[in-house]
Parts: sequence; C-alpha cells; structure tokens
Amino acid sequence: MPPSIPQFSQLRQWLAPATGDDVRAALTRKRLDIHDLAALLSPAAEQFLPEMAARSREITIQRFGRTTQIYAPLYLSNFCINRCAYCGFAAGNPIPRRKLTLDEAEAEAMILYERGFRHILLVSGEAPKTLGVDYLEAITLRLRDKFAALSIEVQPLDEDEYDRLFKAGITAVAVYQETYDRRVYDRVHLAGKKCDYDYRIDTPDRAGAAGYREIGIGALLGLADWRAEGLALGLHLQWLRKRFWQTSFTVSFPRLRPAAGAFEPLVTVSEKNLSQLMFSLRLFDPDVGLILSTREEARFRDGMLGLAPTRYSAGSCTAPGGYTSGEHDGEQFSIGDLRTMNEVCAMVAAKGFDPVCKDWDREFQV
Amino acid sequence: MLSIADTSFSSRLFVGTGKFASSSIMRQAVEASGSEMVTVALRRVDLENPADDIMTALDLNKIHFLPNTSGARNAAEAIRLAHLARAASGTSWLKLEVTPDPRTLLPDPVDTLKATEELVREGFTVLPYINADPILALRLQDVGAAAVMPLASPIGTNQGIRTTMQVEIIIAQARVPVVLDAGIGAPSHAAQAMEMGADAVLVNTALAVAGDPVRMARAFKAAVEAGREAFEAGLGRQSKTASASSPLSGMVTADLNFIQA
Repeated sequence: MPPSIPQFSQLRQWLAPATGDDVRAALTRKRLDIHDLAALLSPAAEQFLPEMAARSREITIQRFGRTTQIYAPLYLSNFCINRCAYCGFAAGNPIPRRKLTLDEAEAEAMILYERGFRHILLVSGEAPKTLGVDYLEAITLRLRDKFAALSIEVQPLDEDEYDRLFKAGITAVAVYQETYDRRVYDRVHLAGKKCDYDYRIDTPDRAGAAGYREIGIGALLGLADWRAEGLALGLHLQWLRKRFWQTSFTVSFPRLRPAAGAFEPLVTVSEKNLSQLMFSLRLFDPDVGLILSTREEARFRDGMLGLAPTRYSAGSCTAPGGYTSGEHDGEQFSIGDLRTMNEVCAMVAAKGFDPVCKDWDREFQV
Repeated sequence: MLSIADTSFSSRLFVGTGKFASSSIMRQAVEASGSEMVTVALRRVDLENPADDIMTALDLNKIHFLPNTSGARNAAEAIRLAHLARAASGTSWLKLEVTPDPRTLLPDPVDTLKATEELVREGFTVLPYINADPILALRLQDVGAAAVMPLASPIGTNQGIRTTMQVEIIIAQARVPVVLDAGIGAPSHAAQAMEMGADAVLVNTALAVAGDPVRMARAFKAAVEAGREAFEAGLGRQSKTASASSPLSGMVTADLNFIQA
C-alpha cells in the first residue's frame, strides 16, 4: 500500500498560514510534527535561517558526532527506456550509450577501492532488459568482499528482486520520487515505466519488506514547489518510519544540473532554499541521514558541512567507465564539485570532522 | 475517533472493574466515566453464570467487554485463560497480562510476546499490558497486537507517568493505538497522558479507592477529554505570548555567508 501524499495545492495550504511565531515555536520544540515542518519550510522561516542552521548543527552533531560519511557513485550503464524531460540519460538523447561489462565494472570499482572508498553506490539508467537483476547480482557478488557498503540506485524492482540482491550483498536501496507533485510528475515523465507514479512511490516499501537496513528517498529540485516537496518528503519519511522501524532512512536533495537535452528547470531552487530544506528536515527528523552530492559546488558543500548533511559523495564521475577513461562523455549530469576524494576528505578534516569511509561491515549481512 | 481492530470508541477512557467496594458502585462509576471499554479479570467472574455479580452490573449494549488474564504467571496460563474466556463469552478480545511477580505485578516481556504471537494466530484481538519498552511495543505490533498498553508506573501505585521518555518514544513510533495503563492515580495524570498523544488510558485503582468513585469517574472523564482536546489543538502552539516574552533573539545562529545569493 503506497503512502498517500496530499495534492500540492493542499500542501501549500499547510505552508501558507505559517508565521514567525510558528517558526520560533518549531525551533524550540523537542519533537516536531508535520505542521512544525511546514512552518520551517515556509517563507516566514527565511529570516530565521541562521537560527535554523545553528539548531540543525546542534542536532546533527549530537546525533551523528563530528563525522561525515564519504562515498562514490559507480555508473554501470546509461541505457534507459524512460524519457524523463530533465535527465541526460533519457531515451532519445543523442549521447554515447554504454553498459559496462562485469569486468569493466569491477575495474571501475577497484579504482575507487584504491582511492580509499569502501562505500559505493551502483547507478544505472532504467533498462531492465539491458541491465537487470542478474547483472546486478553478479556485480554485487564480485564486489561484496571488497566494499563495506554497496548501495543501488537503479530501476525500481519487485520485492523478490530486492530480496535476491539483499542476499547477494546489496546493503541499501535509493529510489527518488523526483517530484511528489503528481501533475508535474506526469508532465516530465514522457515515456517508459517511470510514468507510473504509484509503482515508484511504493518502491521504498518493497525494499523495506525485503529487509534492507537503509533506504534512501529524495526529490529532484527544480521540478515543483520545493517547500511542498519538503513537506511531502517529511510525510513519506514519517510513513516509512512507521512501517519499517528497523530501517535507517536517508534523504537526498539533488538540484537539477546542466545535462544533455537542454531542459530548463521548471522552478528555481537557490542554495538558500536548499539549505532551508535541509535544516527543516534535520529539525523534523534528527535521525535521518542527509546526503549532499557533488552536484553542488565545493563552496556550498564546504559551508554546509556539519550543519545538516551526514554524507558526501566525492570525486564522482557520472558517465559509465569514467573512472577508467577519465572521460565524461555520456554523463548523466555535469558535476559541481570537481575535487578528488582526498581533497574532499582534507576539507572535512580541516573543518574538524572525521571523513568516514567505512561505516558498515560485510559480516552484518552474510 | 479511536479505533482498535476496526472497532470505534468515542470515549478514550478505559476502566477496570477490580477493587470496588461493591458491584453497584462499580456499575455507577463505569456509567459516570462514559467508558465504552471495560476490562474484567477472568479470575473474578463466572462467565458461565448468567447471574454473575460483575457481569450483570455491566451494560454490554453500551460497553465493550474486555476480559483480562490477570493472575497469569506465564504464556501457557494466559493462553489457557484466553481460551476459557472466548468459549464462555464469545468475545475474542483480550487484555493480555502476564505477571510472574505477585508483588509488583510487572509484566513479563518474553512470555507476553510469546502469548501474543500464539493468540493472534488463533484469531484473538490482543491488547498486551507491557512495561514501557519501545522495542517490545514494536515487536508486539509486528506480531499482530491490536494495541499496546504500556504502564505509566507499577500497577496500583497511583504514581502517575514515571515512564515519560519511553512512553513518548512508543507513541512516536507505534502504528497501533497506545493505551496508557497502570499507575494513573489522578485525573491530571490521565490528562497528561492524553496531552502526550496517548490514544487512551486505562484506570482502575484510582476510581475504586477514591472517596467517591462516581465523582472521581466523572473527573477522569473530563480530564481525558480535556487532555485529548489539548493534544488535537496542538499543545504549545498556543504559547505565543510566552515565547514573545522569552528573548528568542538571543538564540544561537550559524554563519551562512557561504551561501550564494
């Protein structure tokens, strides 16, 4: 049973009446409800951003310590059957297509291993016939003894497929709704299985039922009202927590980046907006992992360190085979923070935080 | 409205029937409380006897009869009692109490989980009485408990809510209704439980041993309604005057100059 997320017009009605007093109340409350989240996401909260940041920092450090997890994505394939207006991989975009062989994928992973990564995120476009569960299972079995954590961000799967990959050694599943606004969702998903909003929003439930210890949700910022998107994320998170109390959750807030296809974001989401969104989610859910990827520029990622995010990607390439070739042709999007993993870790350490590469162990899941 | 296992209750006050000076006072107190869910210790009633004192004192058209296994020391005893109750009364609802220690009557988490699992499998609607242990509450929910009934403080102590932190976690996490049970000694305790977001409270000793049980029942009724109203109104949100007078301008801030305009 998928969570029922209200229409955005209704979510905006929760946001609209919020006042400065509501924001102050939310800032001092021990346990926040969805209406507090609405207040923090509202325009009224903008003048309290420095206070929200301080509170968010306090909670983040209290809960996660002075640590930041580090991971890298590994793009397996950019074949895709979907046509998503915003994505470089969209079917029909004239980019060089490539699916790594298992040997190539392992070679890419080993480059990341040599660089010190112990947590990698396996990413692919959605093309189940080209890259299906058999492939994912095979690459997982090859990598599982090298890496402490192996996450996937691939096409939504069925529960028995998630179960297979869990047994093979996948430790976490990320699947982003992109936008919780059904109207916009239908507008930007032009073809392919991804057009099915309900199947997609039910995906974290299927992964939860398969027993995953970590599940990631997210919204692609630039498609719909980010404030309502934040509320929807809060509601989805709340729903998942009630259903899967033994699972940890993460939230990602990818902002649309320049990509093949020349899609212009439908709405503008500034760095200030993004930070408000992250602080709000942190105050709403002190335990949730918040991810800030290399989509964002170094300056912003450095500034946000310790304020709300708990996990950073580093040294990323979003093109299949890019770590081996050094080429970015066929990438999903161009990245904003071009520093190497060592440079990112040095920045984390310089700010008084421990860059954590290994935060899991193979032995938990044998 | 409160709903447990698809049954709706307009009152969030559950009452117990033990310790009253007479069945007649118990009946009047139950009526005054407005309760629609009344629990009866199986060991105190003779369900086979149509003239049983306690059972005849209850208007079963108005109230939901919830037999309990008070006195059971382990899962096997509790399950046996449950079978007897269902056979005699026809109800498959059960307040599960497994209390191996006769002094504190604190519930046994291991056998409570075991008995819940078995009774749910047999089709019972099980409301287990537990210590305020959030993980146990979730484990019980996972095996099919219809609600969980964490204790506020040891039964009969009238100490109020001494398990606040754990109860708050249970309320925040549980999918099933949370009924605060045991130790609620005064209407203010009941109101506090409702303000915290408990779905209902169960009260017995506080009524039974009050100077005037019927008036006390009325007081609890009012307190539960007030507490629930406060919870639904959004407690704390009304404290605007107080937060205006407390200088929030002194709050800590973080430097956000790195953000690009």
